[in-house]
Amino acid sequence: MLKGKMIQGCRAIAEAVTLCRPRVISAYPITPQTLIVEELASMVAEGELDTEFINVEGEHSAASLVLGASATGVRVFTATSSQGLLYMAEVVFNIAGMRLPVVMVNANRSLSAPLNIWNDQQDSISMRDSGWIQLYAENNQEACDLVFQAYRIAEDHRVMLPVMVCVDGFVLPHAFEVVDLPSQKEIDAYLPPYQPIYKLDPDDPLTMGAFAEPDKYMEARYMIQRTMEASVPIIEEVGREFKRAFGRAAGGLFEKYRVDDASTVVVALGSMAGTTKDVVDDLRNKGQKVGVLRLITYRPLPQEALYEALKGAQNIVVIEKALSLGGSAPLAVELRSVFHGRPAPPRISGFVIGLGGRDVTVDDLKYAIEKAQQQLVDMEFIGLRTDLELEGVNA
Amino acid sequence: MPELVKERDKFADHLLCSGHTACPGCGQALAARLVVRAAGRNVIIVNSTGCLEIFTSKYPESAWEVPWLHSLFQNTAAVASGVEAALKVIGRLDKVRVIAQGGDGSTFDIGFGAISGMFERGHDILYVCYDNEAYMNTGIQRSGSTPTFARTTTSPPGKVSLGNLRPKKDLPQIAAAHGIPYVAIASVGYPMDLDRKIRKALSIRGPKYVQIHVPCPLGWGTEPSKTIDYARLAVNTGLCPLIEIEDGVKTAIKIPARVPVEEYLKGQTRFRHLLEGTGRKEEIAEIQRMADRNIEVYDLIAK
Repeated sequence: MLKGKMIQGCRAIAEAVTLCRPRVISAYPITPQTLIVEELASMVAEGELDTEFINVEGEHSAASLVLGASATGVRVFTATSSQGLLYMAEVVFNIAGMRLPVVMVNANRSLSAPLNIWNDQQDSISMRDSGWIQLYAENNQEACDLVFQAYRIAEDHRVMLPVMVCVDGFVLPHAFEVVDLPSQKEIDAYLPPYQPIYKLDPDDPLTMGAFAEPDKYMEARYMIQRTMEASVPIIEEVGREFKRAFGRAAGGLFEKYRVDDASTVVVALGSMAGTTKDVVDDLRNKGQKVGVLRLITYRPLPQEALYEALKGAQNIVVIEKALSLGGSAPLAVELRSVFHGRPAPPRISGFVIGLGGRDVTVDDLKYAIEKAQQQLVDMEFIGLRTDLELEGVNA
Repeated sequence: MPELVKERDKFADHLLCSGHTACPGCGQALAARLVVRAAGRNVIIVNSTGCLEIFTSKYPESAWEVPWLHSLFQNTAAVASGVEAALKVIGRLDKVRVIAQGGDGSTFDIGFGAISGMFERGHDILYVCYDNEAYMNTGIQRSGSTPTFARTTTSPPGKVSLGNLRPKKDLPQIAAAHGIPYVAIASVGYPMDLDRKIRKALSIRGPKYVQIHVPCPLGWGTEPSKTIDYARLAVNTGLCPLIEIEDGVKTAIKIPARVPVEEYLKGQTRFRHLLEGTGRKEEIAEIQRMADRNIEVYDLIAK
């Protein structure tokens, strides 16, 4: 018997956010994030939340508003998706550079053009270099649990970096699942009030956002990079403490599913991992040694831990709902770099799948696994239609 | 509060300290010092990218004795909204004032949407625009505030152009159209009036907009020692009317007598192409008509 209640993802995420007691929330509506902020707005309207909820004129201002509130020393929250994330991109980088522990939920959605409101992960992957910690949820339970952990990680004085919790648009926020939400008392014990190191205060004036000349700029970026690297064990620690407090595993760097003796390991992010686990079970029943490594922490990329987890495999099959146009499958490229110069590296194939909400089917995944077991695939689109004339493409 | 701070409190003039790197004769530096002097210590300032930000905040130095935040170019009003929201939720908004400030580029152009949002949402913030009529920090490019026929590097006069061909955007009226309680134009040439307007604005709850006309010797091509003279000429020609719009009611500081706009234009290299040789009489007359219109609309001359 599952503990918890049947609840829509957006409502569950909104309730998780309120349990964290953010003092200022600002957002701008965009599908498929809207349901999350609508739920938050109604909770504020019902007086269930002692929070300033501010509707703004665009995502650039939503991110800027939480930046200002965070700099004033209070816990903040925002949520967006797709074009909204791109529109606030300038502020996204700025928040990280200013070391403000903002927490954001991004409902992953494709990027225009063509306009498409459905799920893939091109939006958040495009922000991978921004200095935000990025965590990807597989289901709504984990989406909520990552929100709790996100504040713990972001506000840790050893970190002081923003955290983006990525949830596959529609697939999670619009789905009804059983979610076990902790009590306010439990979360208050797990997540103490935010203690800023620096804040805007007339009693103790300081200058924030000073500019740095070439003799100092690089050091500021270097410090973020070092903090990112140093946050890997802190993310693990926060995950362990969560398990101790709530009795279930969530967060951490990645989830290994039947990986330890596997010769072929599929690497995936987010909700795709569920289908992939079914495929793995099926193939295991047929005697194949296959597993899944579901990456939760995409930034910082836990390079050493990934090496240790994957070094026994012969084939690594990276399936990604993102790509670097003109480049390749971004995570596959990064995993190749993890194994570069190591003894007997596995064969790492990259597949682009499910863009713009196209279904990721069992057959697609089986095809990718089978193909990668036979040969190295640098990058291949899975599930392309053959009945459409693709203009400008040499057939 | 530390002893040193108490000691320094005697010198509110220095909440924006000397030693910053503004150009000689910078109208904005002088105006900003007057603004923060009027505001006092219990203030948080959010500053747009621009000259003022650059010349006061080169890490590890800072000219600011009050809490001060710079984020980006166009988001100042939104960042200030966040500061205000946080102060409100922690119960400190009754004690601490919030000022958002930037140049005309960040106010008239790139940050305008965020400012409109801040006005419309009713945040308790004073927005101060230091208006030197072009993007001076990046090297004198045209903004929405650049006056008609002014030379900038992106509105140069040439064989088929006489500089900036569009009139200055009337931002105070646009601000007032939001229904905010207080809008004013001030000038660094009249510091007592400027001081009064900032104090008055900060005594009113809700969104306020004060636009301060600040000559830029580098961008205007004026003598650094003449900054105050040019600021006063702009007022006394009628080109920069010192108005207040309080809950929609307009009042203006009277000017003693109508000074011809040519007195203001001459000596500024940004208008030199209008005065060279026989002069561009028609264009000068057009600028004169703008000044006359202000004099008429705002009733600037005492009868």
